[in-house]
Amino acid sequence: MRLVLDIARTHVFSRVRQTLVGMLGVAMGVGFSVMMASLMEGSQRDFVTQLVDSLPHVTVNDERRNPPRQPAEDVYQAVAFSGLRTPVTRPGIRNPFAIMASIETWLDGAVAPSVVSRAVIRYAGRDTAANVTGIDPRREVHVSKLATQIRQGTLASLYKSSNAIILGDKLAAKIGARVGNTIALASGTGQILSCTVVALLHTGISQTDETQAYTLIKTAQILAGQTALVNAIRIRVKDILAARDVAARIEAQTGYKSVSWQEANEDLLSAFQIRNFIMYTVVGAILLVASFGTYNIISTITHEKTRDIAILKSLGFTEATVRSIFFVEAIMIGLAGTMFGWALGFVLCLLLGSIEFKSPFMDATHLPLYYTPVHYLLAAAVALLASGIAGYLPARKAAGVHPVEIIRGAS
Amino acid sequence: MRPSAPAGRPLLELRGVTKTIGDGLTTTLVADIDLVVRAGEFVAVTGPSGSGKSSLLYLLGLLDVPTRGEVLVEDRPTMRLGEAVRARMRLALLGFVFQFHFLLPEFSALANVMLPMRALGRLDDAAMARRAGELLASLGLAEHAHKLPGQMSGGQRQRVAIARALANEPLVILADEPTGNLDTHSSEQVLSIFRRLVDETGRAIVMVTHDLDLAARADRQIRIVDGRLVS
Repeated sequence: MRLVLDIARTHVFSRVRQTLVGMLGVAMGVGFSVMMASLMEGSQRDFVTQLVDSLPHVTVNDERRNPPRQPAEDVYQAVAFSGLRTPVTRPGIRNPFAIMASIETWLDGAVAPSVVSRAVIRYAGRDTAANVTGIDPRREVHVSKLATQIRQGTLASLYKSSNAIILGDKLAAKIGARVGNTIALASGTGQILSCTVVALLHTGISQTDETQAYTLIKTAQILAGQTALVNAIRIRVKDILAARDVAARIEAQTGYKSVSWQEANEDLLSAFQIRNFIMYTVVGAILLVASFGTYNIISTITHEKTRDIAILKSLGFTEATVRSIFFVEAIMIGLAGTMFGWALGFVLCLLLGSIEFKSPFMDATHLPLYYTPVHYLLAAAVALLASGIAGYLPARKAAGVHPVEIIRGAS
Repeated sequence: MRPSAPAGRPLLELRGVTKTIGDGLTTTLVADIDLVVRAGEFVAVTGPSGSGKSSLLYLLGLLDVPTRGEVLVEDRPTMRLGEAVRARMRLALLGFVFQFHFLLPEFSALANVMLPMRALGRLDDAAMARRAGELLASLGLAEHAHKLPGQMSGGQRQRVAIARALANEPLVILADEPTGNLDTHSSEQVLSIFRRLVDETGRAIVMVTHDLDLAARADRQIRIVDGRLVS
């Protein structure tokens, strides 16, 4: 094997320009693949993190996944019923605190009640619709990052006055309200409340900042015209990937529709799968193109070295040994290219990571990049496989050279 | 060092060997050749151009496979042997010297001589280097051991090729027009080396040449015309 390595090394080093071109081809392939994989996965993870952080991992609603059976259906066996009236059900989750206590006995995470309603905010003659969520600040800090997103005040400011409200900063700007101002809140049930703005909220997501408002649960209940109402239980789990199982268990336990963050964003997550497929296809294509360079170089070397191959075979080198020499050359080029590619990929990631990216919908930020050895190993594996195949084909051809024909031709 | 074969013992043998090439319109390179090369023999193969001299040598050296007949190396039939076994026999038992030196240009003279030894793997690195150095020194190339082939004269390169052919102490040296590209002085040197090898080590040499004066210096002359042995 040392002899094979020595001959291969000599061939590779004696053709510096060709070797460099081949190596650079592989390096570019590996480098750009690493960069692309890092960027794609980084953006995906960043998006998922924002998604997961901004929303509860599981939300239990006061709805049933399937409509309840009509009492008549239980009594009569009929093909169809007509003229039935849907029974009026009181909105909200029954015994919410008992349910929460029950969940807390087994859940690895936190639970918080909330009241979700829609209202119109009026201030200085301006009206705008808003989502008003009633929360328990002491519990809320354990299920969302709301406390860290408050500007000009704190989450605890909700306790400062009887009808305190936190507005999204863009919502406040839209109606011209500031901290300390009193605004009117009108619900669909006709309730009108005067609320004091005690803090502003900034999540960085425009849609949320333009429409979201938070109050204490009690205030939201008054707004909804129903004391003791809790129409959503928000849950945060330590293992975000367990959210789906947790939701299923709660739904089985309570009968209320429990939606995990995965279910709520199923379409997005499916899109990510397609995105990943596209990414790995493109990465594979880049490396495949790079492997053509290796093929070209090994082909050239075998062509130039036909006479040497003939003499090695006449000396008694087997076809397998000759094949190994050129295969090893391809792997050497692939390995060197891979290492340069790793460095190139890392530098490209650093450069990309330093670029500030501005979006009209989000705060100025840097491109999200995800660094993992998996990208490097994956790119290396594909590059070496491609180099191996690119080297094997001409190597096999070289090994099949009949020495007599070459020797006759050269004599 | 490999012990010399007893003088007169058959080392290479062709039995009814015929070699044709081409699929439809075939050309016969050699036909019905019976030949025995014995230990301690210096055999010269002569004949006009295209008569089949080199083809005969390649068949003897297991570089080519006969269309018909059998090639025996130390009485062992080789026709049914696989490529790897034939290559191994070539490496261990036979040495080639061609008209063109066929040295690997990126390797020094010493490294070129060591190549067959490294492929065979019988000796350790130090022993291989020592033996290669001794071979080069015995051929008057001690001071050229670390030169690349491109830095040496034609005669020197051919002597390096001879040293390489001798590296694994082959039973038979097969030389195809070894002096074809050399001047008179270098040709004389090569002939002297061959003579010494036969006389001092008991190896056999089969040398293809069209030079009848050189052929006359061999122990036995074989003439081949149109692929057939005529004398």
